Amino acid sequence: MTHVHIPPVRTLVFVWLALICFTGLTSAVSYLELGWGNIVVALLIAVTKASLVAWIFMGVRYVTTLTKLFVVAGLVWLAIMILLTASDYNTRNWDYRPAPWSSAKSVGGSH
Amino acid sequence: MDASTLGMWTFLITEVLFFGGMFAAYAVYRNMYPQAFASTSVYMNVILGGTNTAVLICSSLTMALSVRAAQLSNRRHLMLFLVLTMIFGATFLVIKGFEYHDKWVEHLVPGFNFRYDEFPKYAHNAQILFFLYFCMTGMHALHMIVGLGLLSYLLVQAGRRMYSANYFAPVEMIGLYWHFVDVVWIFLFPLLYLIGHRR
Repeated sequence: MTHVHIPPVRTLVFVWLALICFTGLTSAVSYLELGWGNIVVALLIAVTKASLVAWIFMGVRYVTTLTKLFVVAGLVWLAIMILLTASDYNTRNWDYRPAPWSSAKSVGGSH
Repeated sequence: MDASTLGMWTFLITEVLFFGGMFAAYAVYRNMYPQAFASTSVYMNVILGGTNTAVLICSSLTMALSVRAAQLSNRRHLMLFLVLTMIFGATFLVIKGFEYHDKWVEHLVPGFNFRYDEFPKYAHNAQILFFLYFCMTGMHALHMIVGLGLLSYLLVQAGRRMYSANYFAPVEMIGLYWHFVDVVWIFLFPLLYLIGHRR
């Protein structure tokens, strides 16, 4: 029989408060002009919020090492899916433009 | 308890990859058409979206408190917090319904009545964002509806004195599911509502 961890109310309320504050923060920051920084900050805040929910509310902190490994493996697979999809799209020339020396005028012309 | 936790997380990983596919599509198209995607933020209601984020966070707190009450064999608190969680969940869906209605009135439903008169040059590519918006928030809302069904089951079982410190696995597992749905929304809010300029 494993030990059941009962989180203190104080911890749960603190996480709730932090999540609410981060929601306000991400909304506020989105009004600033940061260029690439906007998406980076938005994702950093979202990942922080998700980690708080997983770590405390979902109790990942208290589960067995095997379950922790499963959680991390899930995130690794998610990363593989997104990274390989992105690398595929970013290394293909979807937008066909005739080379400057070619006489082709139409987009996507036949060879 | 360890076995059911592991099994539940395995299921949640399949859910992560299910939603992950849509997030991958989002990443690809946002990278392709950044300006068109940014133009859609003018039509997103940040007040309603932000309120819904807060509502879901509150529901996650009450869900965590439900599990805690079950662990402490406090049936009254368990039922109270389950009802509160359901009220927050239903509030989320009602607000989402109002947002969908606004999108319909503003002709922003791709395939049905899409019109993008303000930024005609983005009309074609902005549709992709609205398509993703309805797919992702729609699947998320479906998960919320399933969650409300599961919570009503817990409430009935709690009423029958089924849960105590000796047995509360269903409360904890459905709690994991509910928190997962909250995590999905935590990513949807900034990615769908906070892309570009707003009025």
